[in-house]
Amino acid sequence: MATTAEPPPAAVPPAGPPAGAPTIPDFEIVPRLGLIPVAIVFAALVVAIAVNELWPLTFFHVAFGAAWTIIDLFLGFVLGPILGKLSVPARIEMTTRLMPKMVLIMPTVVTATLAAGWQLGHFLGTVDSGYYNHGWIVASYIVVGCMAIIALGLLEPANIAVLFELKKPQPNPAVIERLMKRFIYTAGILGALQIATLVIMTKIASG
Amino acid sequence: MATEAAAIPERPMPPVTQVGMASLALIVAGGIYLAAHLPQSVPLTPAIVLLVLSALLLAGNLIALSRVRGFAWDRFFQVGRWALLAYTITAGLIEYAFLRNGLSGGPLIVVTLSLVVYALHVPMLIAFTVARYA
Repeated sequence: MATTAEPPPAAVPPAGPPAGAPTIPDFEIVPRLGLIPVAIVFAALVVAIAVNELWPLTFFHVAFGAAWTIIDLFLGFVLGPILGKLSVPARIEMTTRLMPKMVLIMPTVVTATLAAGWQLGHFLGTVDSGYYNHGWIVASYIVVGCMAIIALGLLEPANIAVLFELKKPQPNPAVIERLMKRFIYTAGILGALQIATLVIMTKIASG
Repeated sequence: MATEAAAIPERPMPPVTQVGMASLALIVAGGIYLAAHLPQSVPLTPAIVLLVLSALLLAGNLIALSRVRGFAWDRFFQVGRWALLAYTITAGLIEYAFLRNGLSGGPLIVVTLSLVVYALHVPMLIAFTVARYA
């Protein structure tokens, strides 16, 4: 008589995350397809600097500078606080989709803005120490320098480290929490510094 | 991802990030000093001192890190070499902008060496941050 169920054999633990753990979507830390537009932007930037004409230099400096400012402000004051309040699965979903793009977008936008801006400053004579608004130009160097130190020393390493942590079979939530906090706080500081950039750049542009 | 609270694997680490940021701050200060005086020629000594201090911090960081036992060097070099490639390209573009404008002589050497420190130290900071949690 087989009315009593036999105890099941010891289950082999399934591979992957433990039961109940949020699923981590597959993602590339550096999206390979995204390298194509990055290469195109850098090639166009080299051409713009080489031809040394007003319109391409202004285009690169203004368009990429605006993108840099807006992304920092949006990330620091809108998306960052929202990200901090999302549930863990939603935060993972958002992080794995947003952060790999940021790995490519931010260095590209920053390099294009600064390289074209330096060339444009030479073209217009605004980087010369004899320029009547020279104090404002130096102030912009200082603000950009502070932003560079924070972005390169804190934000970018946290961005990449959190993606590597999420790639592990068993990511450590405490590590992700720490790195995401670092990312969100530094994005907020960069957003505040971008307000200073807006003040300086509008002052320089309006004479 | 495990939902239960997990501790962060803390190992005694030298202050690589803090020292790295100080090193970057020194070369940024040197760069601002030079850029603020263009096109006039200015004494290079302050910029050279800042650059040497920055390079010493980079060397100190590498030495301190090399003494950490059980550090995930495989992961460090895996991340570091790609980051080095990326930051060499960005440093090259910035150098190109300076060359295009006819920067030469002492200021060019200082700027180039500053970019070398930048292109080494930033990848190191990225690789360290990844490898310390590996």
